[in-house]
Amino acid sequence: MNADIRPIRTPAEQALVSALGSLPETGGGRLADLRRASARAFVENGLPHRRVEEWKYTDLRNLMREAVPLASPATVARADAGARLLNGADLRRIVVANGAVVRELSDLDGLEEGLSIATLADALASGDAVLGQLGGIVPARYDAALALNTALASDGLVITVAPGAQIERPVHVAHVFAGDIAAASFARSLVIVGAGAHFTYAESFEGPEGLAYQANVATEFVVGDEAHLDVVRLQEEGAAAIHLATLLFDVGRKAQLHTFGFSSGAAVARTSLYATLSGADSHVAFNGAVLVKDRQHVDSTLFVDHTVPGCESRELFKHVLDDNSRAVFQGKIVVRQAAQKTDGRMMSRALLLGDDAEMDNKPELEIFADDVACGHGATCGAIDEDLLFYLRARGIPLKEAQSLLVQAFVGEAIELVENDVLREALVERAEGWLRARG
Amino acid sequence: MAMLEIDNLHAKIDGDEGKEILKGLSLKVNPGEVHAIMGPNGSGKSTLSYILAGKEDYEVTDGSVTLDGEDLLEMEIDERAAKGVFLAFQYPIEVPGVATMTFLRAALNAQRKKRGEAEISTPDFLRLVKAKSGALGINPDMLKRGVNVGFSGGEKKRMEILQMAILEPKICILDETDSGLDIDALKVVSEGVNALRSPDRGMIVITHYQRLLNHIVPDFVHVMNKGRIVRSGGKELALELEANGYAEYQQDAA
Ligand SMILES: Nc1ncnc2c1ncn2[C@@H]1O[C@H](COP(=O)(O)OP(=O)(O)OP(=O)(O)O)[C@@H](O)[C@H]1O
Ligand SMILES: [Mg+2]
Repeated sequence: MNADIRPIRTPAEQALVSALGSLPETGGGRLADLRRASARAFVENGLPHRRVEEWKYTDLRNLMREAVPLASPATVARADAGARLLNGADLRRIVVANGAVVRELSDLDGLEEGLSIATLADALASGDAVLGQLGGIVPARYDAALALNTALASDGLVITVAPGAQIERPVHVAHVFAGDIAAASFARSLVIVGAGAHFTYAESFEGPEGLAYQANVATEFVVGDEAHLDVVRLQEEGAAAIHLATLLFDVGRKAQLHTFGFSSGAAVARTSLYATLSGADSHVAFNGAVLVKDRQHVDSTLFVDHTVPGCESRELFKHVLDDNSRAVFQGKIVVRQAAQKTDGRMMSRALLLGDDAEMDNKPELEIFADDVACGHGATCGAIDEDLLFYLRARGIPLKEAQSLLVQAFVGEAIELVENDVLREALVERAEGWLRARG
Repeated sequence: MAMLEIDNLHAKIDGDEGKEILKGLSLKVNPGEVHAIMGPNGSGKSTLSYILAGKEDYEVTDGSVTLDGEDLLEMEIDERAAKGVFLAFQYPIEVPGVATMTFLRAALNAQRKKRGEAEISTPDFLRLVKAKSGALGINPDMLKRGVNVGFSGGEKKRMEILQMAILEPKICILDETDSGLDIDALKVVSEGVNALRSPDRGMIVITHYQRLLNHIVPDFVHVMNKGRIVRSGGKELALELEANGYAEYQQDAA
């Protein structure tokens, strides 16, 4: 209706379109074609806005207006100083600063048998055959964040775990934005877990507090038959940052996949998770904890596609909202006609600490099979007054009583993280968030 | 001045226009005294205990409550606890996800902190809990669970008395601590309460049954009806109530 007064492109869109235009022509090949197609799609569609169904609650065109240049590489010293999350834990750490792997800070020696880790830049340069799988998992609908990532990311990781390999020590990819100028970084990774292998993949995100940088990451996970993959994400971007993440999963037969996302950072964060269950009898769980305050906006959007029979999917998301913050949970489980005996259960719970906080819960089921057990639920409310009274009647001050109850609330989800080191780290991050509330 | 002085207390449900629950209740508790309050269902006994503990669902419309001369009604809930008010709940609630030991320690340390005392050390705390829970026949496994989670009715009541024993309050208010206890548990819990009787501690024991008062022998017995104390006497009053019921008081008050 007011199309004539709205500029066709926001400054941010204009900057991205010019960045896409200045991309070097990478020549022929499938990946180059994919890159060009993604760029074209973005030029046509721009950033998603509230009239795009999947982005209804996260009007990115509006939330991401400022034009920022593409990030330039960080110095090793700055990257080192900035990457603090999950340090010290016994994890194999790889640092990715401003979208590029920093070899000097990455523990790439003495890889366990069956584990191989290459940078995406190297894999692209050498034309590694494994890249035949990059871009192989395609969401049902056009996703602007993913399209930008596909077009603009030039580094990231390519990790393969050989069939049957049991890799005990988790790999931790520490993403950090380091620099003084707000810029946009893009990182793309591919993780292939072979049949029967066992692997734990962690990633963390952080950056300077006051800087309005943008981090766009996308990772594709190919989970082989009877493989077991745990993914743990810790998103603690700086308070002015924009974090856009896309996680893509293809899950094989009798596989186990558990993901956990802990999100307490960024001014605006959106995580889109697409999972296709393409082998029968697998078990997947996508869980998360979101803790937000001030004017933060954090969106968790899940799309779980049951295409084969006998799979079990579980989602449990806990949101804690203080001040004027906003959290969005959109979860869609699709059960195709062939996916008989699907057992799917999705739950999103929110605890509102701030009077002006807003939670948007949109769980959905779309079922085409007739013999399934599926359910979803969503709750949203303040801390139970009776519980608070009980704790306070024993002398525990209000803030501390609230902290204990919030910890219990998110603890129910964090408890689901299998790896001890990572689970304890997340409990500690939740405690830290509560302590910072004062 | 008595340790706890309740004078002409009037209270209603917060926000509710008509319903007055306490209608001019007065009671004085001196250190060392045990007062039993008996009275028909709905007479306002639990309401009185909640108001003393600071529950925000009620509005005091008239009267006063002081603890050692200080205005209790002005204090925050946790401040009252730190000053020594303890309510053993009629219906203790479950607090899933908060470990019992974490809760006990947070409560004890918060109270000590507010009184300007140092935090208790871990070994001292463990010793304290072990000694007190052992005396109350509390299974160590229960302490590993969330607060009251999955406890039986009787176990919840024991847990209340354990909290009381650890926190060592000045004024203990026991709201129907005997309900839900089997005969042996009643004895154990009563012994736990008696162990806390001391010349510096006052107690208000709310109960429907004379049986409890055989174990915890009160100095005074009060009959509460329709929001006030309508008769007070010695421990023999409980026996009289057991025999005759509340009919005569209900007629009086009507
Ligand atoms: N929060 C509340 N909302 C509505 N009514 C209430 C509330 N609290 C108490 N009342 C009412 O006030 C009256 C007194 O209740 P209270 O629980 O204090 O009685 P009681 O003497 O403890 O009874 P019982 O012996 O059954 O435990 C009852 O009529 C009760 O319904
Ligand atoms: Mg009662």
